Amino acid sequence: MANPMRIRADVRDGLTDVRMQVPHPMESGQRKDDKGAIIPAHFITRLEVRHGERVVFSAEFGPSVSANPFLRFRFKGAAAGDRLVASWVDSRGETRSDEAQVAGAAA
Amino acid sequence: MDQKRRQLLHAAGGLGVLGLLVAAGVISPAQAQAAAARPGFDARELDAALAALGAQDASASTELSLAAPDIAEVANAVSVEVKSRLPGTDRIAILVEKNPFPLAAVFSIPEGTQPEVITRLKMAQSADVVALVRAGGRFHIARKAVIVTISGCG
Repeated sequence: MANPMRIRADVRDGLTDVRMQVPHPMESGQRKDDKGAIIPAHFITRLEVRHGERVVFSAEFGPSVSANPFLRFRFKGAAAGDRLVASWVDSRGETRSDEAQVAGAAA
Repeated sequence: MDQKRRQLLHAAGGLGVLGLLVAAGVISPAQAQAAAARPGFDARELDAALAALGAQDASASTELSLAAPDIAEVANAVSVEVKSRLPGTDRIAILVEKNPFPLAAVFSIPEGTQPEVITRLKMAQSADVVALVRAGGRFHIARKAVIVTISGCG
């Protein structure tokens, strides 16, 4: 089971700034181990973030996205205390979902 | 287990993992369909990836900004920022010209989400990073050369 995503979301003036780091090896299928054997591809193919029922951000990934993908985006419509749910599925069909609470930005 | 639930589980099994995710409410049916298709991600050349995305005629735009370092010393995590000022931007894609699979990511930008994204990419060698934006049904493109000193794909 993959480790939980680290998600920070701060709302200021109606705009929620989301920064997230997603623990995942994102193996490209191009690398070889020390015996020269190809390490099989294993990467997140799709990720989305929901605010309630609404998908506020979604991404399709190929193998060029870095290990432990980092993402930053901003959206309107959330308030401090609201919950966000982030979910991903990878090339092996493994999945993970995590929640985060929107914080009011420090003044 | 009642009959309805059994049928639902059976149907979900027939749809595979995406079907299960749909049944569990993790992703919507439309998203499952999109994930199954994934145009452009299997392309081995930049032009083929752009064509698969329907963007072979993309025009350069000054309303699209692409920020990436001039020199990437750690090429397995090159920070890339794409920002669009084009009205009606609903999709942003990032490609790395000389990677084995150039299409790195495609982001959907729904109403209410800013047409901008920051992420980090691997680069196999020095190459152009390419930002592609769809706005009002038309594609716009920007390029930025990044020099790689140590490969991020080896």
